Amino acid sequence: MEKALKKYGWIFVLPTLLAFTIGFIVPFIEGLYLSFCKFTTVGNAKFIGFGNYVSALTDPLFLRSAGFTIAVTIVNILAINILAFALAMALTQKLKGTNFFRTIFFMPNLIGGIVLGYIWQILINGVLSLCGQPLLKLNPTAGYWGIIILMCWQQIGYMMIIYIAGLQNVPDDLVEAARIDGATDWQILWKVKIPMMMPSITICVFLTLTNSLKLFDQNLALTNGEPNHMTDMLALNIYYTFYGRAGAAWKGIGQAKSVIFSAVVILIGFWQLRATRSKEVQA
Amino acid sequence: MTKEKSNAKQIILFIVMAILAVLWIYPVFMILVNSLKLESAISTSTVFNMPTASEMAGFANYANAINSQGFLKSLGYSTLITITSVLAIIICCSMCAWYITRVQTKFNNFLYYLFVFSMVVPFQMVMFTLSQTADQLKLNTPYNIWVIYLGFGAGLAVFMFAGFVKSIPVEIEEAAMIDGCNPIQTFFKVVMPILKPTLVSVTILQAMWIWNDYLLPTLVLDITKYKTIPMLIQYLRGSYGKVSMGPMMASIIMTIIPIIIVYILGQKHIIKGVAAGAVKG
Repeated sequence: MEKALKKYGWIFVLPTLLAFTIGFIVPFIEGLYLSFCKFTTVGNAKFIGFGNYVSALTDPLFLRSAGFTIAVTIVNILAINILAFALAMALTQKLKGTNFFRTIFFMPNLIGGIVLGYIWQILINGVLSLCGQPLLKLNPTAGYWGIIILMCWQQIGYMMIIYIAGLQNVPDDLVEAARIDGATDWQILWKVKIPMMMPSITICVFLTLTNSLKLFDQNLALTNGEPNHMTDMLALNIYYTFYGRAGAAWKGIGQAKSVIFSAVVILIGFWQLRATRSKEVQA
Repeated sequence: MTKEKSNAKQIILFIVMAILAVLWIYPVFMILVNSLKLESAISTSTVFNMPTASEMAGFANYANAINSQGFLKSLGYSTLITITSVLAIIICCSMCAWYITRVQTKFNNFLYYLFVFSMVVPFQMVMFTLSQTADQLKLNTPYNIWVIYLGFGAGLAVFMFAGFVKSIPVEIEEAAMIDGCNPIQTFFKVVMPILKPTLVSVTILQAMWIWNDYLLPTLVLDITKYKTIPMLIQYLRGSYGKVSMGPMMASIIMTIIPIIIVYILGQKHIIKGVAAGAVKG
């Protein structure tokens, strides 16, 4: 069969490969090269070596946005996964209205980041003004927790669906056997269910991790970095380096920042996959 | 555990879930309420109040958003872009994934890993060069931006299709070929129908992404001519000093309504599709 297939190979692969080349491979390689250049368009690039990387790593706004991104990411991973897991447990108890609750909790996921950001900006500003606190524009603490609350609202439903699928895959006889051996509910959760659910946990932690690191739309719409770039996350900082700053040097620095950012996301992502994969068990 | 005790537990759990569900809907409900108010009645500190009779604007904000702010045009562009891109992705990527899974050459393996790699790379890495390439190749209109989406969405799609193809026994395809199908007939008549669950998952995940995508169309399309819905909302919000909140909230509600209708109609598929897509991933 392979032989007959090979004759037709170009029909099957070419459309995707062509678009992938235009949409990813060429921009990626160009981007890598441009991070070593001074440029304002792809056409007028001048090679300058590692200068952009030095400028990027000594830009205090970039470093601050990195710190802010990490602070958001850690709390997001913990909050979203713990709450989603709890909801999944609650909704696999044969409760009345389970399907209805699942539908409601999943819904925010379908709404885009920009729209979500504005909905929550209006809501949070309303709460802040009732409490007599400064609004989001002047309130970095509220901005930080706002991003986290927004992300929880959006993502918990999605992760809950994955955890429910995982819980349903835990064999009943395994739980029964543990119960007969005298295990408490708490022990069954930690010693049976969670080890059996490591594949779901791996994928949910991976998704929350990479979503949080790459967060852009929600950040732009909710706080836009205000006040004074104190709530910039990395993606937004890079965006403003490219499009918000005058001067020929900034595009190159922005590109260098994107390379560093990509390397960090890829390394942390794959490291996490390996770390949690190694804890997966077979029934 | 006695029966009453477990009943009481169920009731408490049900009440907790019901409270959470109300909290979950409240933000959207609040926007809905405010979108019905007169512009003068909308202010930061009164967003939680229900409108009084004299503050009700009815559907005036909706009419305003549709008539003077080009909401319908944006709806059209978003629909066009989402449909063309998703169609291109599911047809091209399923073909590609089937081929590179069935014909194991070094190049095909390399390609597979390249697709997987592209899923993790943040958009910022390519955003500047991609927008320039799109301009050069004239892929900067809603009618052909699907080429860019096919390229950038290929990673996830090929990965999910390839994962599923690996679980299909090759014998079915061989039988079809022996019966005289050429590879193209084999693919569309035999493989495609088997791939249906993954087709649904990929369609849902990609449609969710493309419909809501903001940065890519902003950088690629000419914003003075074409605005997708997320671009319109951001534009309404960010362009002038004074934002007219009424039409803006009406636009938000009109953006959410089609999503909710599609969701309610297809929720079984959507929830299953998401769960299946994630487990494969």
